Amino acid sequence: MSRTGTNQPLLQVENLRVEIPGRRGTLVAVDDISFAIGEGEVLGVVGESGAGKSLTGAAVIGLLEPPCRIAGGQILFDSRRIDNLPYEKLRRIRGRHIGMVFQDPLTSLNPLYTVGRQLTETILTHSDLSEKGARKRALELLQEVGIPAAERRIDQYPHEFSGGMRQRVVIALALCASPRLIIADEPTTALDVSIQAQIITLLKRLCRDHGAAVMLVTHDMGVIAETADRVAVMYAGRIVEIGPVADVVLRARHPYTEGLMGSIPLVGHDVDRLTQIDGAMPRLNAIPAGCAFNPRCPKAFERCRQARPELETVEATEAACWLYEEAPERSGTDG
Amino acid sequence: MIAFVVRRLLQSIGVMLAVGLIAFSLFNYVGDPINNMVGQDTTLEQRQELRERLGLDDPFFVQYGRFLVNAVQGDFGISYRHRRPVADLITERVPATLELSFIAAVLALFIGVPMGVYTGLHRRGALSQVFLSVSLVGVSLPTFLIGILLILVFGVMSQDINAAVGFYLVPQLPTFGRGDTVQLGWWSTGFLTKSGLLALILPSITLALFQMTLIMRLVRSEMLEVLRTDYIKFARARGLTNRAVNFGHALKNTLVPVITITGLQLGSIIAFSLITEQVFQWPGMGLLFIQAINEVDIPVMASYLMMIGFFFVFINLVVDLLYYVVDPRLRADKAVSGGHQ
Ligand SMILES: Nc1ncnc2c1ncn2[C@@H]1O[C@H](COP(=O)(O)OP(=O)(O)OP(=O)(O)O)[C@@H](O)[C@H]1O
Ligand code: SF4
Ligand SMILES: [Mg+2]
Repeated sequence: MSRTGTNQPLLQVENLRVEIPGRRGTLVAVDDISFAIGEGEVLGVVGESGAGKSLTGAAVIGLLEPPCRIAGGQILFDSRRIDNLPYEKLRRIRGRHIGMVFQDPLTSLNPLYTVGRQLTETILTHSDLSEKGARKRALELLQEVGIPAAERRIDQYPHEFSGGMRQRVVIALALCASPRLIIADEPTTALDVSIQAQIITLLKRLCRDHGAAVMLVTHDMGVIAETADRVAVMYAGRIVEIGPVADVVLRARHPYTEGLMGSIPLVGHDVDRLTQIDGAMPRLNAIPAGCAFNPRCPKAFERCRQARPELETVEATEAACWLYEEAPERSGTDG
Repeated sequence: MIAFVVRRLLQSIGVMLAVGLIAFSLFNYVGDPINNMVGQDTTLEQRQELRERLGLDDPFFVQYGRFLVNAVQGDFGISYRHRRPVADLITERVPATLELSFIAAVLALFIGVPMGVYTGLHRRGALSQVFLSVSLVGVSLPTFLIGILLILVFGVMSQDINAAVGFYLVPQLPTFGRGDTVQLGWWSTGFLTKSGLLALILPSITLALFQMTLIMRLVRSEMLEVLRTDYIKFARARGLTNRAVNFGHALKNTLVPVITITGLQLGSIIAFSLITEQVFQWPGMGLLFIQAINEVDIPVMASYLMMIGFFFVFINLVVDLLYYVVDPRLRADKAVSGGHQ
């Protein structure tokens, strides 16, 4: 895949729908979402647990686990459709063009192989370097992600690294073949608070250096505010607001986003996240009619319980909320 | 590493001492050894004299110590029934049992592991369902029944079946004994003659079937478990080939439990070979043991127990050492690089 000269975004997700067929009917975990990530851009994805963030990421890289499946929409990478590719073609894209960083560095590495072997294996899969060249590259990567004494560490096993160091190794692994998009699913949640900032800074710097775009899933509004160019806010399988980070953080349109932003901890204060919003997100099998947020929304009104709002442009951002609906009535609502 | 080996060796010796104690107790608690040795017309004085000469009046632990010292030197006493040193009897029989167990273990491993991997990777495949159903038969049918069925089909009925279908469908296979053997030093092997090899087929299948299905089911469930782990997902996310992910990363991680169970199974193969040996009249240790039980031949029974105990302990030791080879986490004697965990 070569870089196209057009100004098409790097990743386009259009009307993506992810379903989970089960014994008691099919659940819709990601419901008709669309977004795009430009070359080198960092898109933050936030939302409560169960909003569908991880499933969206997994769908993009083609790693949805059965029974979850893409039931609609399309995913374009570099203007090429990738959601319907056969397994082998998709495999060549994974790692090489789209990389992924998982949440828990303690479990992301195979305990039985040295980090060097895992790095060289990945490098060799995606390049035609020699065994020796791959090892040299692996060493450079380890140095680049800030592993001290990399020459010695390269032959050590994952259990010999601390959590933060392991996440650095994981990042090195994800970057091995210089992918143009990295999906980072809560890359710091499992880490010690004291090293979270380091890892985020590292990830940000490396992606900038390598020119990689990032889809950064996180619960941490502080990280979003510092790192992301744009933010997508997810709620119950849908994007309820998406826009430039400054607008979303400072001038949130959607009442849910407002609640989320109200929960950004101030420096020095330890505030539980999401304390501002009462109640919990509905379960997938009990999503309320109309706007899914209406039972918890302080601004809900009659219409919110009857019809579901779609994303509408509201100045710099897009929000799915009836408060910003200028057209008087909509026909064919699904609620 | 050295400390670990030494510790395991000491434990093994402890286990062997306990097994020896049980084996030795047989002499004293299963009938009176003197009665087992002498005829009916021996006088009380003669009995007492024999008792003293054999040291049977010595304190228990003195006798036990003597038993152990002899056993370590390969002296297990004289068989009551055969009137020959038990050590000789066992040396004659061991090759038959070990060769049968070896072939059965090879069959169980080399068929069980691939079938387990296959059914783990193709969870819903039609072939997997077939394997799983067949394995249910293997787990639930008792060994002797499988043996008898095989004898029935390949021994008794094969000619009739072939005559009925009009071509050579079911080969006629030996169902009795070891066939011709070749003597290599004290070891008698059936591997070097055609009849010896043919004679191995039915008994080894009989002996292997249960372990094979067990190993298959174990590998399958371990594979399913490992395939769900984060490092497998991450390996896929890095675009590694299916082969590298499934065999390089997943299969290797199933090895630790598989080695454990297989090791233990190997012990049971040797121990349970006595049923198969009985069914096929295989002249191994198991058959010797069964005969010894019938004839209350205590020295043979005791030595058999010791032998089986020894095999189990030895295999366990090897299994523990193999862990070391497979899993680097166990190799780390000292905590390195102050990380968590
Ligand atoms: N394999 C599965 N089977 C059934 N339900 C699933 C499965 N995977 C995900 N789900 C459901 O899909 C929904 C979305 O899951 P997802 O993992 O995308 O959430 P998330 O936004 O990443 O949450 P978190 O912040 O906790 O990671 C959840 O309600 C979850 O229960
Ligand atoms: S649509 Fe109604 S319920 Fe939903 S967020 Fe807007 S105001 Fe609240
Ligand atoms: Mg998640």
